Amino acid sequence: MQIQVTVNGKKHTSEVEPRTLLVQYVREVLELTGTNIGCDTSSCGACSLHIDGEAVKSCTVLAVQADGANITTIEGMAAADGTLHPMQQAFMENHGLQCGYCTPGMVMAATSLLKEIPNPTEEEVRIGLEGNLCRCTGYHNIVKAVLAAAGK
Amino acid sequence: MIPAAFDYVRATSAAEAISLIGQHGSDAKFLAGGHSLLPLMKLRLVAPSVLVDVGRITDLSYIKDAGDHIAIGAMTRHMDVEKSAVLAQHVPLLAHAAGHVGDPQVRHRGTIGGSIAHADPASDLPATTLALGATYVVQGPNGTREIAASSFFHGFLQSDLAEDEMLTEIRVPKMNGAGWSFQKFNRRAQDWAIVGVAAWRGSHGSGVGLVNMGQTPILASAVSKALAGGASIADAAALAADDAEPSPDNNASVEYRTHLAKVLVRRALEQATA
Repeated sequence: MQIQVTVNGKKHTSEVEPRTLLVQYVREVLELTGTNIGCDTSSCGACSLHIDGEAVKSCTVLAVQADGANITTIEGMAAADGTLHPMQQAFMENHGLQCGYCTPGMVMAATSLLKEIPNPTEEEVRIGLEGNLCRCTGYHNIVKAVLAAAGK
Repeated sequence: MIPAAFDYVRATSAAEAISLIGQHGSDAKFLAGGHSLLPLMKLRLVAPSVLVDVGRITDLSYIKDAGDHIAIGAMTRHMDVEKSAVLAQHVPLLAHAAGHVGDPQVRHRGTIGGSIAHADPASDLPATTLALGATYVVQGPNGTREIAASSFFHGFLQSDLAEDEMLTEIRVPKMNGAGWSFQKFNRRAQDWAIVGVAAWRGSHGSGVGLVNMGQTPILASAVSKALAGGASIADAAALAADDAEPSPDNNASVEYRTHLAKVLVRRALEQATA
């Protein structure tokens, strides 16, 4: 089936099998491998990206369901000149990552969270990121980074 | 994990969806947000030959004040139920419970209709709407019918829906200021409830729904009956598992689930009464 999506501002028209997962499409067809596959069971959040501005787990969305959508992946977060998105900068400055595997998903979930709750409390950040697992147990600095990005 | 191959068709209205599912027979399934169905398909526990995508039927996404009840379109996402000002005012228990489904990413995709039609006893919204005395509106090739939530759930992932019927609307009575509580007991963030309780209590009665306490969501009628008869909260809560038939799993034995149900129902009623 033919789908048309806008990914990081660029239009793509592709022929996909209906069973193609969105994460598979983004990684294997568009070759945007910043979006990671972790648990592959919609638990860990490593595959989080934005559909029309909202974080979703792309291992549990079919590419055909995203037909017509505006998608942003981690590759689309920094400005064209390489200036990091404030959330990426905050993760860097607050040591919000260790191995980095969960980081793209964390950044996508965190930016979606700040859109819904622009000035979250620490508790709201922790609850808001409950769909993202970090196996280095680096949650403390991740929460710090999100609060820093929110201007706290 | 990739699902087994299937054909994909898209419906733009409930009538079209029902006609498509009728054409494709018993192997076809409706796809809403996909957050119950796709995980099962990826594990190849189910392998429908055709998916009828109903997720784009935008006129089934609404929350309307309908006088004595709130009417919620089946394709309304959990996030929209959670953030609804109408529900916060008239059915706060449901808005709150929707905010406990999965995690934000899941709530951006999953729908109330999909969750109820999936009829998972471990899901939050089937038991919550059951406790609230909801009515489900179902559309089939010969028109619509209304089913009380209390007659809808037949068994594990089994409901009153026929193969060519689609859940289109959930009607939830207004709570009229009744007290309420939602208790979800789990060990890790974002997990399913080991046991959950959705309860309300007001001048016109009470309702207690149990999550993960049987093959279907359970209405703890014995508790409400005892309260109506003047029993104390502690005495009523002791009857919490009377209507339930819990199963054991990795998280909990039958005895532990039964104990949890009593404790959580007591806590819920205390909070709803305070």
